Amino acid sequence: MADKTSSNAYWAANIRVIVISMVIWFACSFGLGIILRPALSGIHIGGADLGFWFAQNGAIYVFLVLIFAYAAKMNKLDKEHGVEE
Amino acid sequence: MDQFTLNLIVIGLSFALYFGIAFWARAGSTAEFYAAGQGVGPVVNGMATAADWMSAASFISMAGLIAFGGYNNSVFLMGWTGGYVLLALLLAPYLRKFGKFTVPEFVGDRFYSTSARMVAVVCLIVISVTYVIGQMVGVGVTFARFLEVSTTTGLLIGSAVVFAYAVFGGMKGITYTQVAQYVVLIIAYTIPAIFISLQLTGSFLPQLGLIGGYAPGGGEVAFLDKLDQVVTDLGFAAYTADTPNMLNMFLVTMSLMIGTAGLPHVIIRFFTVPKVSDARLSAGWALVFIALLYTVAPAVGSMARLNITTTFWPGATTGETFSAPALSIAEIDSNPELAWIRNWEKTGLLAFSDKNGDGLIQYFNEPAPLVAANKAVADAQAALAAAAADADKAPLEQAVTDATAARDAVLAEATLGGQTLAAQGIVGNELTTVNNDIMVLANPEIARLPGWVIALVAAGGLAAALSTAAGLLLAISSAISHDLIKGALNPKISEKGELLAARISMAFAIVLATWLGLDPPGFAAQVVALAFGLAAATIFPVLMMGIFSTKVTKEGAIVGMLVGLISTAVYIFIYLGWFFVPGTNWLPNTPDAHWMGISPAGFGPIGAILNFAAAYIVSAMTKAPPQDVQDLIQSIRVPKGAGAAQAH
Repeated sequence: MADKTSSNAYWAANIRVIVISMVIWFACSFGLGIILRPALSGIHIGGADLGFWFAQNGAIYVFLVLIFAYAAKMNKLDKEHGVEE
Repeated sequence: MDQFTLNLIVIGLSFALYFGIAFWARAGSTAEFYAAGQGVGPVVNGMATAADWMSAASFISMAGLIAFGGYNNSVFLMGWTGGYVLLALLLAPYLRKFGKFTVPEFVGDRFYSTSARMVAVVCLIVISVTYVIGQMVGVGVTFARFLEVSTTTGLLIGSAVVFAYAVFGGMKGITYTQVAQYVVLIIAYTIPAIFISLQLTGSFLPQLGLIGGYAPGGGEVAFLDKLDQVVTDLGFAAYTADTPNMLNMFLVTMSLMIGTAGLPHVIIRFFTVPKVSDARLSAGWALVFIALLYTVAPAVGSMARLNITTTFWPGATTGETFSAPALSIAEIDSNPELAWIRNWEKTGLLAFSDKNGDGLIQYFNEPAPLVAANKAVADAQAALAAAAADADKAPLEQAVTDATAARDAVLAEATLGGQTLAAQGIVGNELTTVNNDIMVLANPEIARLPGWVIALVAAGGLAAALSTAAGLLLAISSAISHDLIKGALNPKISEKGELLAARISMAFAIVLATWLGLDPPGFAAQVVALAFGLAAATIFPVLMMGIFSTKVTKEGAIVGMLVGLISTAVYIFIYLGWFFVPGTNWLPNTPDAHWMGISPAGFGPIGAILNFAAAYIVSAMTKAPPQDVQDLIQSIRVPKGAGAAQAH
């Protein structure tokens, strides 16, 4: 029974991490890269406007950081809940 | 040494390397054939995944698509990378924990139904076969261009090469070959990009060059501003211009993202790593290696676009676009630095014609009224030419005269560089064909790089196409031998028998792909819409529901997959023709005719929503999944061994 409670808590924590990550995933690509581009056209990164840069380069960098941060966070969660391999 | 010999040597060496690796890593068991014995480290698997993923389309075509589509075609950059976030967070770790060999096998076990497994097999085969045809065509075309053989011969050589290493090596051989192919393709892509970035922006990193200053102009004007100004002078949309349809851009990006996460040949790569934590990390490493190419691609595209434009309007390099006359044919034939124009003209990827006979090639975007008027003239002339000998030709001749007068009126109105076309004696755009693929293939020549770089690009293009083809063929053969034969037709088959069946079905898949590639049924170019749309609408939702819901039943999953498959396929067929047979489309494939402006490539997410909705409705009406399935779901959700996870 204890195991079940522990794995439910682990799953809830996992879902929380996933939801936060998905919000960032959405914001950097669909948000900054597409939807908000017209509104933020005044902000520049070098020779490009912010939305253009996120659409062509920036979103990819954020995706990278996001996956490695997720992997690190999950390794920590695995240990805390005693479910690591 | 001439270019042909150099190409032959570089391509030959790269092939010898692939064969050597395949022989060293040949598979001895089904576990090795399907999943490389689950002994591939996350970094190596990431590199193999990157090569598996980056196809002929990524390597050869994407930079050109971005060059001519500008900001709007950022969909490929975000879509084909963002999918890895979904893979890492939502699918890869759980499917690795499940610990079997194929995607349909998971669907079959989680939805406790051989029928569900077979529907997944059908989806997988439709997606993978469509995709592999494009790769085989890419192999044929690349061989034809660089080895001076016919496309058919090129395709047959390519098939023989894939056959040799994929059939014997299985996943294990393919994995290590893909690592070598990744190294070849990334070097081939980045070297010309670095040189071009240095020439145009003075920046060693193409990623910084993209947002840097335009070096030949002194570096004060931003490179992107310079590009925008030059192309808009010629009547093209600005490179950074906003999208005409934000909803469609959103949906196409989403379709490519969830389609990527639902592609079976990508998913099975995550079955090869030893642990769940490695599966998460491996998706990150895959994206590192993919990002090396994908962050460079917009620089390659935009810089090649500026280079090709300033080649035809030399004045644009340092001053205004029209401050010097357009490029002359005499210059093309006498300047060795421009020899690439004639070279690529031979392949048909580049074509020009001096319509007004002034010896100069005026390259610009013809305004829509001129395009329409020219078409009217051509139609009238065709009608006259087709008329019977004894027919009354006067009205037809009058029609030609009228159409020509109307066209001349348009020429007197339309302007280029502040003067009317008529005043300049220009009758139309004279650079009539610039194929997207030239942006990567001719890049080293346009930038005047040495011959070995050109040979390397050829080897890189082949590496990209072959590695993806091998991954797809493996996904197809494992679906046939493991899911169809062992899972349904003959469950008692021995390990040895299954390995033989896997090899035979892969050989069969190669023959089928080669046959379809020899005579592509008109849909090689539509692969993106179909394969990604279907993966997004079928495989991705069913896997998501299998992992994150305990309530979705076998009936729900089957109905959901069928709804996703059929709705997406039908939407695509309505605009692109039933089963891609030309002329059978019900509606024209134009933005005005699209339902709510959604292009066929953007329907995937809608299909996925329909899939989810149908599955939940049907599940609510059917008997909940049994206890052993509930246990399975709980077990895949935690990384720890299956025994512990089920102890409740």
